[in-house]
Amino acid sequence: MPTYRPGPVSLILAGLVALFLLLPLLAVIPVSLTPTRMLAMPSGELSLRHYRAMIEDPRWINSILLSIRIGVVSSAFSTVLALCFSLGVWMFQPRFTAALVGFVLLPMVVPPVVSAITLYFLLTSISGVSSFFGYDTWLGVAMAHAVMTVPFATVLILVSLSQLDRRIDLAARGLGATVWERATRIIMPNIKFGIITAALLSFVLSWEEIGVTLFITSVNAITLPRLMWMGLRDNIDPAIAALSVILIIITVLVLVVRSVVVRLRGAP
Amino acid sequence: MKAYFSDRMGAALLMAPLLLFLGAAYAWPFFGVVNWSFTLPEPGLGQYGTLLSDPLVQSVFVRTLRIAAIVTIVSVAAAYAITVVWVRGTPAQRVVAEFCILVPFWISVLTRAFGWVALLSNRGLFNTWLQAIGFISEPLTLVRNEFGVIVGMTHFLIPFAVFPLASSMRGLDDRVLLAARGLGSSRMRTFWSVFVPMTRSGIIGSALIVFVFSLGFFVTPAILGGGRSVMIAELIYLRIFQSPDWGLGAAISVVLVLFVGALMALLFRYVRPKQLI
Repeated sequence: MPTYRPGPVSLILAGLVALFLLLPLLAVIPVSLTPTRMLAMPSGELSLRHYRAMIEDPRWINSILLSIRIGVVSSAFSTVLALCFSLGVWMFQPRFTAALVGFVLLPMVVPPVVSAITLYFLLTSISGVSSFFGYDTWLGVAMAHAVMTVPFATVLILVSLSQLDRRIDLAARGLGATVWERATRIIMPNIKFGIITAALLSFVLSWEEIGVTLFITSVNAITLPRLMWMGLRDNIDPAIAALSVILIIITVLVLVVRSVVVRLRGAP
Repeated sequence: MKAYFSDRMGAALLMAPLLLFLGAAYAWPFFGVVNWSFTLPEPGLGQYGTLLSDPLVQSVFVRTLRIAAIVTIVSVAAAYAITVVWVRGTPAQRVVAEFCILVPFWISVLTRAFGWVALLSNRGLFNTWLQAIGFISEPLTLVRNEFGVIVGMTHFLIPFAVFPLASSMRGLDDRVLLAARGLGSSRMRTFWSVFVPMTRSGIIGSALIVFVFSLGFFVTPAILGGGRSVMIAELIYLRIFQSPDWGLGAAISVVLVLFVGALMALLFRYVRPKQLI
């Protein structure tokens, strides 16, 4: 427990920063209730028309379904690859581990726009060969998202492996367990939480991905962020405000539930 | 000997799928992009020559560095203020600070940029209110310029700046602070001459992370800059999709990667990777 608490000046400054952080999220709420067709503050009258427009317009629903499909496929793919890789690193501690992990983390540290042009090159090259896998296809987007999310999944799984006691694996090995048994019956049950977190984070990152998606889609594979982007760039559509409010509410709910669960379980 | 061999086989089998996947889907196409920069539209170093001589490209580089520097200073200072409370506040203050840091962190960059458009645009909250109370007669131009870009990027990057700072503040020995106070130093003096110097590695780490992130930033500048305050990433996008000049786009990407690589090398000279988490 720190005995040295922040004083009044610190609290005031932190309060201003907190206000700055929350302000744009709060500003979206009145805009979503405006009765006009343009982006504006509501004057007097409130309306839910933008929420209705969002539900009735099939484009939004289609994009949401597409984003979920891409998120599930890319998250499953990147979690499985990250899990196998991390198990290999942890169980065998091969030479050059640092260099190999560094290579795997590249898509996380390289500027996203460079990853985007790289994946654009990849998918346009594939498009020359196959029409259902490549530029502007959902499978192509899912693969690109897997490239972008796999470093995050790997970091999370490696971190939870680093907290695991090696002696339980050594015991299993000494008792004659095969590599497969050690991996699936000893190690994986113990890092279950890390694997689930990796899968969820990969899904969320894919669901929100826009920087790369902009480079590799045009008219067919319109994910939800891509559709929002189109609405933001051209003529600002208040339906985006309605959608943003819903996404903000979901985020806040998930965070509140998570912190309640963590507090009840007494874990850090 | 047999066990040693099977260990190596096991490691290879488990690690190969991801390494092959990233080799084929990331490393190979990256070299393709590098190749573009030397071959499009004609083989040679022409695109790198353009990079050095074209005033438009240069003005974009200068603007990017300027915006990144301003955003870094403001974000780290703001993150420092809220991290002090998050790490060292009373339990209630911590919960509030954590909420204010994590909620924006998890909300998509598009929603956050849109929030700033809603606040700052001509018919947005600020201008509506300022006009309603008669403070201004004409709406102020707050977005679709550099100001909007800086505000939006700072907002996006503060949570990222918080984490290295928090880890350096957590590892700090309280007794040193109590000793300073006990020896008669004022609160202010204790903060500036004892607390801040002890978190220096966190400040360096967080500044470099924010700076590196801002260099390659795309979404926020594109929305809040409205095409008027173009940064490097948006320039790459424009060269690929609007005035097809893939070679120049690729050359800018290569320069950006080299620059970021040099900065990362600097980062790891000063800060151990573990301190960043």
